[in-house]
Amino acid sequence: MSKLDSKIPSGPLAEKWTKHKNNINLVNPANKRNIDVIVVGTGLAGASAAATLAELGYNVKTFCYQDSPRRAHSIAAQGGINASKNYQGDGDSDYRLFYDTIKGGDYRAREANVYRLAEVSGNIIDQCVAQGVPFAREYGGLLDNRSFGGVLVSRTFYAKGQTGQQLLLGAYSAMNRQINRGKIEAFNRHEMLDIVLVDGRARGIIARDLVTGEIERHSAHAVVIASGGYGNIFFLSTNAMGSNVTASWKVHKKGAFFANPCYTQIHPTCIPVSGEHQSKLTLMSESLRNDGRIWVPKKKEDAEAIRNGTKTANDIKPEDRDYYLERRYPSFGNLVPRDVASRAAKERCDAGYGVNKTGQAVFLDFATAIERYGKEQASIHGIHNPTQEEIKKFGREVIKNKYGNLFQMYEKIVDQNPYETPMMIYPAVHYTMGGIWVDYNLESTIPGCYVLGEANFSDHGANRLGASALMQGLADGYFVLPYTIGDSLSKDIRTGKIPTDLPEFEEAERNVVQMLERLINNNGKHSVDYFHKKLGKIMWDKCGMARNAKHLQEAMVEIRQLREEFWRDVKVPGEMYGMNAELEKAMRVADFLELGELFAKDALHREESCGGHFREEYQTEEGEALRDDENFMYVAAWEYTGDPKDAILHKEELIYENIEVKARSYK
Amino acid sequence: MKLTLKIWRQKNKDSKGEFKVYPIDGIEGDMSFLEMLDILNEQLINNNEEPVHFDHDCREGICGTCSLQINGQPHGPDRLTTTCHLHMRSFSDGDTIVIEPFRATAFPVIRDLVVDRSSFERIQQAGGYVSVNTSGNTIDANAIPVNKHDADESFNSAACIGCGACVAACKNASAMLFTSAKISQYSLLPQGKIEATERVLNMVRQMDEEGFGNCTNTGACEIECPKGITLVNIARMNREYTAASLKKPLSNSWS
Repeated sequence: MSKLDSKIPSGPLAEKWTKHKNNINLVNPANKRNIDVIVVGTGLAGASAAATLAELGYNVKTFCYQDSPRRAHSIAAQGGINASKNYQGDGDSDYRLFYDTIKGGDYRAREANVYRLAEVSGNIIDQCVAQGVPFAREYGGLLDNRSFGGVLVSRTFYAKGQTGQQLLLGAYSAMNRQINRGKIEAFNRHEMLDIVLVDGRARGIIARDLVTGEIERHSAHAVVIASGGYGNIFFLSTNAMGSNVTASWKVHKKGAFFANPCYTQIHPTCIPVSGEHQSKLTLMSESLRNDGRIWVPKKKEDAEAIRNGTKTANDIKPEDRDYYLERRYPSFGNLVPRDVASRAAKERCDAGYGVNKTGQAVFLDFATAIERYGKEQASIHGIHNPTQEEIKKFGREVIKNKYGNLFQMYEKIVDQNPYETPMMIYPAVHYTMGGIWVDYNLESTIPGCYVLGEANFSDHGANRLGASALMQGLADGYFVLPYTIGDSLSKDIRTGKIPTDLPEFEEAERNVVQMLERLINNNGKHSVDYFHKKLGKIMWDKCGMARNAKHLQEAMVEIRQLREEFWRDVKVPGEMYGMNAELEKAMRVADFLELGELFAKDALHREESCGGHFREEYQTEEGEALRDDENFMYVAAWEYTGDPKDAILHKEELIYENIEVKARSYK
Repeated sequence: MKLTLKIWRQKNKDSKGEFKVYPIDGIEGDMSFLEMLDILNEQLINNNEEPVHFDHDCREGICGTCSLQINGQPHGPDRLTTTCHLHMRSFSDGDTIVIEPFRATAFPVIRDLVVDRSSFERIQQAGGYVSVNTSGNTIDANAIPVNKHDADESFNSAACIGCGACVAACKNASAMLFTSAKISQYSLLPQGKIEATERVLNMVRQMDEEGFGNCTNTGACEIECPKGITLVNIARMNREYTAASLKKPLSNSWS
């Protein structure tokens, strides 16, 4: 018997959210002043939730490991945010955004959640503009849009290649206003190390002050987890160095089910790995696929010549180039969804057509776009017979305006000028669709523990479309949680302040201190990074872009062994008190080493290919993902029982009433 | 390449710091500066020494966490570059590299190369926002057209990453480039103009209270800013400040 109740309201799809809001219990303003909420994580989801809850009158405490909420990794999102405004009049609507997202997620997301997301998406843009977010505009003064993968309309709003930065600074400014009013208390350089349950409800957290090393108890009437995804389990990813799964993993161990951990997004356009010293990977925004064309040489000998340096990209004649995405997927071309583009790049490189020293790169080429824009601009400037030089100059100016900071970043890292030679790119771990299972109210299986943004599993199914993460983070924080949390907090108006001297707090604190002491006194031989890199290698080789049963079984055993070795042999220098970066890392890697095993177990159990989860055993003759809707059209939610390998599977069946489930095709 | 690193080591804010010298070998041009420090730290840990603490997070040049005064320059020798994007190809075999924390009274050292920039937080909290509720009941985003030039210029100011290089570069440890960037972002947009008077007065007051120095138009901040924030922002803030200071209080003394 499943314990999962998704609490999806009844009634027609388009009326569910309105109806639900009308039926929700409210807390009166005077009572809100007596209710405390903890928000862990201050990215788009956390910051927007914290600001809105504080505006409503709740007392909010925020926690982030960074030295400022503004540094959360949402800041690095580049390309844009989707909204079904239909400002371009190109046929967009809430339904179409909903449809694209469900299809993009390979029919593994919940209809009601996704529709709600589409419904509130337009309001996010209104909100952000009102806050002073400087979105890109057209000459007439109205907002500009561009296109992203997996869709046929232009619904993406952007601020150059720094959309995440501008949206996060907007949410951060809303937080600052509430900090100034005394309604938010911000605990920066603090890390949550456990959740505290009292009578089965989330009532507080144990946190470590990362400057003094002191362990602190914080109580509240509800705990909101918005701590992001777990892509750093792969060691190399586009996540920030500090991004981690600890908050999510701790709530999982205390009773929150972990859903679809194997759904990982491998982003197709990242700067390739350059060597063993590499500490992280850098994304080149998907928006570049609006204007960039992806190709490898048609002939193997050309690819080899490029690899050994005797030829360059510009030496390959147009007819000898294989624009493989345009060839395989004529209707979406270079703008197929991320999972499809990544697998296609891997396929070409595995077949021997890769174009850098390691053979693990393809070209992303802007020459065609520079020419097209150049001609257009020349005409606008009244030059009717432009020279090639003039065309290039004008064209580059347009590209610079659109993607300037990305081109600059590329040049800094690779030391090549992408205006002159095509970029080299390769897929890398970017986003995790899986996360803590939540119901329609965003509440986990621990009452009073809510999970938002990338940390939950809810809206993207098995693959997320570009520019939808920012949308989901802000939708959850600004427009969903502030309503739904009231429903459960309305029962707390007489509870009073939760004391932190309860035995539950004492026990949780004791466990945290024990773990810290064990690590600091371990006196092992190897650094934390040594283990993290080993884990990353197992994950990439055996749980990465293509998976099979044999590899996944091996991964489960190897991760387990590595975890045992970690606890036997890790060396954490320094002391428990005071700033200790190695100790912080050790705590995070310890959790990744547990999650890894559950990740592999989930991937092993899902005997189908869908979205970012590609099982080599399940593919069509053309190498496309082959779903098994009869047996796997469900959310896999795992219950912790003391060991990741013994986690119990709970299934939430996915029901599609408003959309026809069919093979996902971008041809 | 082989390098000699002279790195500032300081246990905590109350202890006295000192430079320590670390030789390092096997560094390649493709490595980022922080990856070079990762390698040093791995060696220190293996030799049972404490690793060097430094601030870093996204390593994509956007979060503003990384800092470091490298050979006397915030974020090192390259222009428009954060330390995380500085690559070792900017150095040569045999170089000595001096690595210090950002130095300013308002940025006390926490440990080694890590400084406390919470003074920046308090400046933002004093007025770096538009007072609009996030309830969603706002007007349509396209209801107020904004001139593209103003919108782009506002974006250029908003691109500040709050790293503090401007303060570290300034002989007066002034935070005027940082503060003026936020004030400019809002003053160029219709949404921000409404509270312009209070914003500039409050943010400047907070900036002064935190112990940052004044601007003497040296321009080092603009040169060292990894995001190209210009002195025009400071000029704009000064104009806003003057205008705000001359505004009369409300005419009804009871209100």
